[in-house]
Amino acid sequence: MVAPTIRVQREDFDGAAESALITSGRKDIGALTSFIGLCRDEQGRLDALELEHYPGMAETELMRIGTMAIERFNLLALTVIHRFGKIAAGEQIVLVIAASSHRQAAFDGANFVMDFLKTAAPFWKKEHGLDGTKGQWVAARDADDAARTRWIKE
Amino acid sequence: MVKLIYFAWVREKIGKDEEELDLPATVKTGADLIAHLTTLGEDYAAALEFPNAIRIAINMEHAEHDELIAGAREIGLFPPMTGG
Repeated sequence: MVAPTIRVQREDFDGAAESALITSGRKDIGALTSFIGLCRDEQGRLDALELEHYPGMAETELMRIGTMAIERFNLLALTVIHRFGKIAAGEQIVLVIAASSHRQAAFDGANFVMDFLKTAAPFWKKEHGLDGTKGQWVAARDADDAARTRWIKE
Repeated sequence: MVKLIYFAWVREKIGKDEEELDLPATVKTGADLIAHLTTLGEDYAAALEFPNAIRIAINMEHAEHDELIAGAREIGLFPPMTGG
């Protein structure tokens, strides 16, 4: 069983380089799905997001979620990188790369990780407005809970 | 003594990142802890006004409100998560 690569960091990441790290030197991978979550400007209203996290628990939760995904979808590799700190509109927040023999597992694995990450990984977003306002914490969405719930059953 | 650690608007409303507290013996579950904290002052009461909106982690693992906290070294209290 492979172990997920998990990183929680302030710095930006290079998705292409992370994919290359997974595929270089091996010939068994038939599919690789890469997901990048970016900071939207919310129709020009938002200047940046402040990402707060629970150090220690954030890594542990991502490892737990990643391990579940590897087991469930027989992934050949999985990388999850989540940033914290101030992230300007247009910048990258999160990277998930899932690799497998066939495409469905790679798509599903990345999707599964994001759905669980949204509701179980201890990160919180605070908005910084373009008008200098700082304050609003982003509210959790019921849709994210529903997205996670659809994986639980079957 | 147990270390309590707060995040996001729970942290802001309480006005501190973390603290060490001696809990009365009557505080047995996460729900008991939230109820106890609301008696410590207005800031706590405001932060924890809606207990259902508060998530609890015991020793960095998600826990239900009815879970026992005996022996916990660190308890995190925070709003629903919004990462990703």
